[in-house]
Amino acid sequence: MADTLDVSYDTRIPNNVGLGEDRKVLKALEKWHPGYIDWWNKLIPQNFQDSMVYLRTAVSVDPKGWAKFDYVKMPEYRWGVLLAPQVEDRVIPFGEHQGKPAWQEVPGEYRNMLKRLIVIQGDTEPGSVEQQRFLGLTAPSLYDLRNLFQVNVEEGRHLWAMVYLLQKYFGKDGREEADDLLRRSSGSEEAPRMLGAFNEETPDWLSFFMFTYFTDRDGKMQLESLAQSGFDPLSRTCRFMITEEAHHMFVGETGVGRIIQATIEAMNEAGITDPTDIGNVRDLGVIDLPTIQKKLNLHYTLSLDLFGQEVSTNAANAFNAGIKGRFMEHRIDDDHQLHNDTYNVTSIVDGKITEETVPALTAVNMRLRDDYVRDASGGVGRWNKAIKKAGIDFELVVPHEAFHRQIGVFAAIKANPSGDIISEAEWESGKDGWLPTPDDGKFVESLMKPCYEPGKYASWIAPPKVGIDNKPGDFEFVKLHMA
Amino acid sequence: MNHPLKQHLIDPEICIRCYTCEMTCPEEAIEHNDDNVVVDASKCNYCMDCIPVCPTGSIDEWRVVEAPYSLENQYEWEELPEQGDVAITETDGGSDGADHSELDPVAALLAEAHKGAGGKARAPKSASKPTVNLYNLSNAVEAVVQGNYRLTEDGSDTDVRHIILDFQGKPFPVLEGQSLGVIAPGTDADGKAHLPRLYSASSPRDGERPGYHNVSLTVKRDEGGLCSNYLCDLKKGDKLNVTGPFGATFLMPSDPAARLLMICTGTGSAPMRAFTMGRERTVGAVDGGMVMFFGARTQESLPYFGPLMKMPDKLLQKHLVFSRVPDQPKEHVQDRMLAEEALVAEMLNDENTHIYICGLKAMEEGVEDALSRISDSTGGSWQSLRNTMREDGRYHVETY
Repeated sequence: MADTLDVSYDTRIPNNVGLGEDRKVLKALEKWHPGYIDWWNKLIPQNFQDSMVYLRTAVSVDPKGWAKFDYVKMPEYRWGVLLAPQVEDRVIPFGEHQGKPAWQEVPGEYRNMLKRLIVIQGDTEPGSVEQQRFLGLTAPSLYDLRNLFQVNVEEGRHLWAMVYLLQKYFGKDGREEADDLLRRSSGSEEAPRMLGAFNEETPDWLSFFMFTYFTDRDGKMQLESLAQSGFDPLSRTCRFMITEEAHHMFVGETGVGRIIQATIEAMNEAGITDPTDIGNVRDLGVIDLPTIQKKLNLHYTLSLDLFGQEVSTNAANAFNAGIKGRFMEHRIDDDHQLHNDTYNVTSIVDGKITEETVPALTAVNMRLRDDYVRDASGGVGRWNKAIKKAGIDFELVVPHEAFHRQIGVFAAIKANPSGDIISEAEWESGKDGWLPTPDDGKFVESLMKPCYEPGKYASWIAPPKVGIDNKPGDFEFVKLHMA
Repeated sequence: MNHPLKQHLIDPEICIRCYTCEMTCPEEAIEHNDDNVVVDASKCNYCMDCIPVCPTGSIDEWRVVEAPYSLENQYEWEELPEQGDVAITETDGGSDGADHSELDPVAALLAEAHKGAGGKARAPKSASKPTVNLYNLSNAVEAVVQGNYRLTEDGSDTDVRHIILDFQGKPFPVLEGQSLGVIAPGTDADGKAHLPRLYSASSPRDGERPGYHNVSLTVKRDEGGLCSNYLCDLKKGDKLNVTGPFGATFLMPSDPAARLLMICTGTGSAPMRAFTMGRERTVGAVDGGMVMFFGARTQESLPYFGPLMKMPDKLLQKHLVFSRVPDQPKEHVQDRMLAEEALVAEMLNDENTHIYICGLKAMEEGVEDALSRISDSTGGSWQSLRNTMREDGRYHVETY
């Protein structure tokens, strides 16, 4: 058991899955590896590749060993294949095979379903790195630069994790799919990433923090559902990935929180009490709260689209097959088969938003989205606490799930953030007040100037309350390579 | 007897509710509702599995409590409560005679050291709440020596050392004036492990270097002294076992208006150094804010002589006195205090003044006599002034 906790470095690819003895898979991965390094090297600006970044690397997957911090150049980061320890006698926790031993090999009848889920998950990982590739050039501090790079290298590792599953368990098509993960590219005309949210630009740091808060949170929910999988290697892979994903949640929540903090502190110092006094707030070199609300509206709704159709037979099939479970499946108190259960989903009947009761099996996506909405609201509440504490009369609001949707029942209608169905004309006249305009974008972009001095932070973002790895705020989190 | 307990808690202001700790905890001691993530004290066994997986650092919070905070308590918090006053102080010293806890030797040592105050010691009103007994004999923390420097000149007959310890990321929340226990390796004649020896931290709460939370000690090598020789011989990179922090009364006031009258000899300067640096970092220089009477045999054997001389008088008014300088009359701290009678009298009459006396037992009598004479000369009674100041948390003695 102890052997599989520690990470082996005897192959070029650090792993705890015995790659050294698995020549065939090792060879396949080593063949894929140069393409990956090439992808990474072309992606991130060269001076960052040569910089020393204070990163966390796993030396083992047990809680004690997976957070070792040290300076490393990103291209030398030990991307590896790390699975959470195998649970002895694990059984399939839900669906029609519930109670049978978990699969250690791909069950033939679900091969395609399983492969598709892994490919979709795998496609998001490099997608976000591509979206964020130029952010380093405008980092508001070395601390934030380090956090960006930590997120990037771990998304890279998550790609590795999915590629390992494809190469190990899906033969030739698995290898082709792994190659395609490097061929597709965020925002590309010919070969875009598979999901919409991963083809949007991340033009500035507010967008980055909103993305890590809202969109990476979808990732967390998806990973948690896959961690329940009856296909044990997928479950183990995702369990370890969730631990890393928590850092991304942290970057997002504290990033937005620190931007809000800088805004309310600057407002109080200048004696501005009206949060809608946008011009004067912007003159302070901080981002006004209404613009933060608009960015929130955008990223939240793009992320809701990632959950797919409210009623979905694909999701039902994956659940029934024991391939993809529900969020925190093991803590849900039901039969885990959903033969007779029902669930309420939102739908539109006669032009009105209403709730409909459907078989719970078909509503697995909707349930995950509901869990997500609850999870995502928590941090927004904590941001509001800070605003209230500063004595400013403003509250960030999570918009209604009918607002600004491209996928699901609400794609057919237009709604305002409160969830009232509105006409096309009303949408046109209202949307600039709800979603970021090009002018808002230009303003935020105007603030994006790098601040690379240790311990210094750009005007529009407050320093963190706690450093990484207990290091103080003026720690040199990135030793920049100056060519 | 109700044993105080070190309780693991999560800071709700820093936590982002990712529940990674909850999923990691092998004891299922961590749970959450829509508000907070909380730790069940009856289940937590301090395995520390949750510490590295936390992305925020909010998980690394500890309070010493008489009775643990319940889950309901914790669910209601918007912020962590301060460390409360827990009675593992010198007042505990075996009052019921039935307590065989391992805290006793430390409590007894502190009680003995604080005796000179003439009554029950109290912390300054504006002092931060101390964490005490976070680590004990059965659960010591490992520290790494970051540096060990001789403070006294090579020719001097005393070897006093400045030893810097790093706790490798483990929490060691020591306040200025608190002590650490150091356990010398090996066993005594009866084959039992040595008991900890107490040393005052000579660095302020945020660390020898601000923000680094490392701790410095000021240790004099005693001939034949087991623990002092062990400490003085440690090299950079060596590891040692530490307990504590200890002490809940000999603490620094946080009130910027407070004034400190510090009287010390030899390594009794350790807490004074911590006070001075702590006040410098928080309050800054205030004219007359800190006055020190510091005695040693010679300039060469006075710890921190060089750095002290560089401190501006506005931050710290220094009276360094020497008792063994050839061809000069002996001068002790009490002699200089009498010579500076007007200054001392003015401070005694100021309700913002806090007095700290630290050093060898032998200094107590002379200092107390000087204070008494100065107090009497202004028409007051030293006895009653001392009692008032002590009750107020403004009179502190730690001698050994």
